[in-house]
Amino acid sequence: MGVHVIKLPDVGEGVAEAELVEWLVNDGENVREDQLLASVMTDKATVEIPSPVEGKIIWRGANIGDVISVGSPIIRIEIDGEGNDSGEPAATAPASKPDAPAKQGDRLNGDGPKDDVEARADRAAPARQAPPARQAHAARAPMVTAASNRRPGEAPLAPPAVRKRAIDAGVDLRRVPGSGPAGRITHDDLDAYIDSGGALARSSARVARSDVTETPMVGLRRKIAEKMSVSKSRIPHITYVEEIDVTALEDLRLRMNADRAPDRQKLTLLPFLMRAMARAIEKQPQVNALFDDDEGVIRQFGAMNMGVATQTESGLVVPVVRNVEALNVWDCAAELTRLADAARAGRCKREELTGSTITITSLGAMGGVVTTPVINHPEVAIVGVNKMRILPHWDGAQFVPRKMMNLSSSFDHRVIDGWDAAVFIQKIKSLLEAPAMIFVEE
Amino acid sequence: MADISCKLLVIGAGPGGYVCAIRAGQLGLDTVIVEGEADGGTCLNVGCIPSKALIHAAEEFEKARHFASENQLGIRAGEPSIDLGATVRWKDRIVSRLTGGVGALLKKAKVRSVRGWATFVDGKTVSVATSDGAVKIRAENVVIATGSAPVELPFLPYGDKVMSSTHALDLREAPGRLAVIGAGYIGLEMGMAFAKLGSKVTVIEAADRVLPGYDEELTRPVAKRLKSLGVDVLTSVKARGLSSAGDALETDGPDGAKSIPADKVLVAVGRRPLTEGWGREELVLDMNGPFIRIDASCATSMRGVYAIGDVTGEPMLAHRAMAQGEMVAEIVAGERRSWDKRAIPAVCFTDPEIVAVGLSPEAASGAGFEIRTEIFPFAANGRAMTMEGEAGFVRAVARADNGLLLGLHAVGKGVSELSAAFGIAIEMGATLDDVAGTIHAHPTLGEALQEAALRTLGHALHI
Repeated sequence: MGVHVIKLPDVGEGVAEAELVEWLVNDGENVREDQLLASVMTDKATVEIPSPVEGKIIWRGANIGDVISVGSPIIRIEIDGEGNDSGEPAATAPASKPDAPAKQGDRLNGDGPKDDVEARADRAAPARQAPPARQAHAARAPMVTAASNRRPGEAPLAPPAVRKRAIDAGVDLRRVPGSGPAGRITHDDLDAYIDSGGALARSSARVARSDVTETPMVGLRRKIAEKMSVSKSRIPHITYVEEIDVTALEDLRLRMNADRAPDRQKLTLLPFLMRAMARAIEKQPQVNALFDDDEGVIRQFGAMNMGVATQTESGLVVPVVRNVEALNVWDCAAELTRLADAARAGRCKREELTGSTITITSLGAMGGVVTTPVINHPEVAIVGVNKMRILPHWDGAQFVPRKMMNLSSSFDHRVIDGWDAAVFIQKIKSLLEAPAMIFVEE
Repeated sequence: MADISCKLLVIGAGPGGYVCAIRAGQLGLDTVIVEGEADGGTCLNVGCIPSKALIHAAEEFEKARHFASENQLGIRAGEPSIDLGATVRWKDRIVSRLTGGVGALLKKAKVRSVRGWATFVDGKTVSVATSDGAVKIRAENVVIATGSAPVELPFLPYGDKVMSSTHALDLREAPGRLAVIGAGYIGLEMGMAFAKLGSKVTVIEAADRVLPGYDEELTRPVAKRLKSLGVDVLTSVKARGLSSAGDALETDGPDGAKSIPADKVLVAVGRRPLTEGWGREELVLDMNGPFIRIDASCATSMRGVYAIGDVTGEPMLAHRAMAQGEMVAEIVAGERRSWDKRAIPAVCFTDPEIVAVGLSPEAASGAGFEIRTEIFPFAANGRAMTMEGEAGFVRAVARADNGLLLGLHAVGKGVSELSAAFGIAIEMGATLDDVAGTIHAHPTLGEALQEAALRTLGHALHI
């Protein structure tokens, strides 16, 4: 018998650490060769770690949510024959909470050391403790005997005398909130209900809940949280909203869809917007840039790599359509569909989720009238698409129905002046309102 | 006898029927009750009461035999003998006192009793064959409380050798060798009693353990006691019939066919509802398997026709029938009532006794509750020690989230009396903290209830 130690493999170029997001095996479990053991997440890609051997799990060296350095032992497997390790397991794999927010605190507030201490304290106790008040309560009486948490269909809890009084009074006890232990309905509860003339009914039919669901902030959700915090705390946003008459664009789009070659993707509005943005960026290239505020460098790109915010089951991801400047609308549509499908299936490659230079966010029919999009740091601009509506429009003689849509766009005001933002959006507006111009080579 | 009309007619004066009639009488309803035999039904005449009398006599006799030999109490006594005929006469006196009492209570409540077998003519009319001829009774409301009867095995018809529990309660002499078919509570109560009275008892059970209706943890002390009483228990065994000579019970089991020598065979394989012989065919009653279907107010599918007790399903227990009967009387009197009981206690008068109120741990988990459960053994209870009753325990089953008691169970000497405390706790909606916070008198068996609650809370004091 021997012990085989599995260390966190090199999961990607330049990746020094990864977050453990899921254990796929338990302690003591027998595993086959190639059986998946755990999922770890780097910047955006999730990597599953297979077992190279057959044996029994005897040690798991990290908790979900821990960030593990590449090369740290994470699993020990007891195997037949000689293992690759004979020593005792390390106390723990070097596990830490990601500390990017703390660092950021350093810079912005100047009270870095304090943040750092807190961050370290956090690390020392990764399993968050219950609030002290609750602990004290738990120590005194292990059973929480508070509010009624009756399950659907469960009989109301009341002593026989209360039940009898209730039924005599024609009161359905299921509607009476119970204040006693385990939600027991007392005579006083029944009196209060009757005195209120059943007014408690509305609220009591909906049971007050005292449960708390604690979910560790791990994986994609934590990545999103970090990205959003960085963006909102570092970037002074300016948001600019303009309305676009997309009647002509919709006519063109429907026409193109009707006449399209059978092997082509149906066009949505987004490919047109991407092309219009590409044309607008030619005039306002400063919006297609990354601002490295640590180094104080703006990098403006020739390539127009457009991130498209996409909702998946686990949260928001931003797959990237590369080199939109070199694509036509059909190419954009095909690439959008491919990436969106891959993102929803969780199959996006790392390089498909990185490298954007500007981002589009669209919630389609859920797009609302106005949004305040959050810039995808370190980019400097994001274009948000609101929902399309038919609105009355004064054409000089009468009201006519027009298909209207707003664009809500945010810019990094450190890099983009309001004037330039407006010029950029007005260019997009003019292109979308006269869509033939999108296709005219200048 | 003239025809009768009334507000409420109760058919059957068992515990369900007579309680229903008394309560109806108290409420001023014009009530008639019909019974073909003695008042009190199975319970008083051939069930609960007489069997407890026999069990008590057997226990006392066994004690006397115990004192005739070396014993830790230091009591010296001569070899006892028992005149079972006298025992049965004593038992009959108790029965007649109680059934007479029922008659007096009915009378006091101004209930008219009609002696005879009732047959439905239609949903509102029954015809009773009395000794004075047929009497027609018309009633606005009818309560069917016809009860149940022991199941007879087709290949073992009741007769001289083969008896039901009813016949076994009237034996003038303990059989030398008794074979009991069925290790449910009736089979074991009777089997153990006859073993104490000197019979060589063999119990056969088709299931793989005794008292299959209770969880195994509860039945283990009983199985142990069966062994010490010298009762042979054959599980996973089925009866086939009597041997051709009639002196043995033929059985089939995992070890093949086996012949069990027996002077008497007691068939205790369950009870069937009495749904025939009273004109059910004249009514349009929805059935629920072999039982009459009822709703939460014990109403059947016919307006004004109610059914209570064994004829309506499991558990076939007198106290369930009584509660139903009381409820139906109040409903007929115009009160709003509905079946809202949280638990029906079940007691097994074996040695040691078993009491179960509410959900077992398995049933509670099966119902989707996250539970906490612990036992407190009588071996750690002073009173149990002083009455040589250290076998058994009290068990609490509670919800993990709020400590609400879902079940209370016990097995041990005399624990049937704990059913009152258990029942009140469950019915009142007590939590572990309620029971743990109640002072229980010392030294009593009841302390084990408090300790079981404390232990489930994680801080038992005496273990």
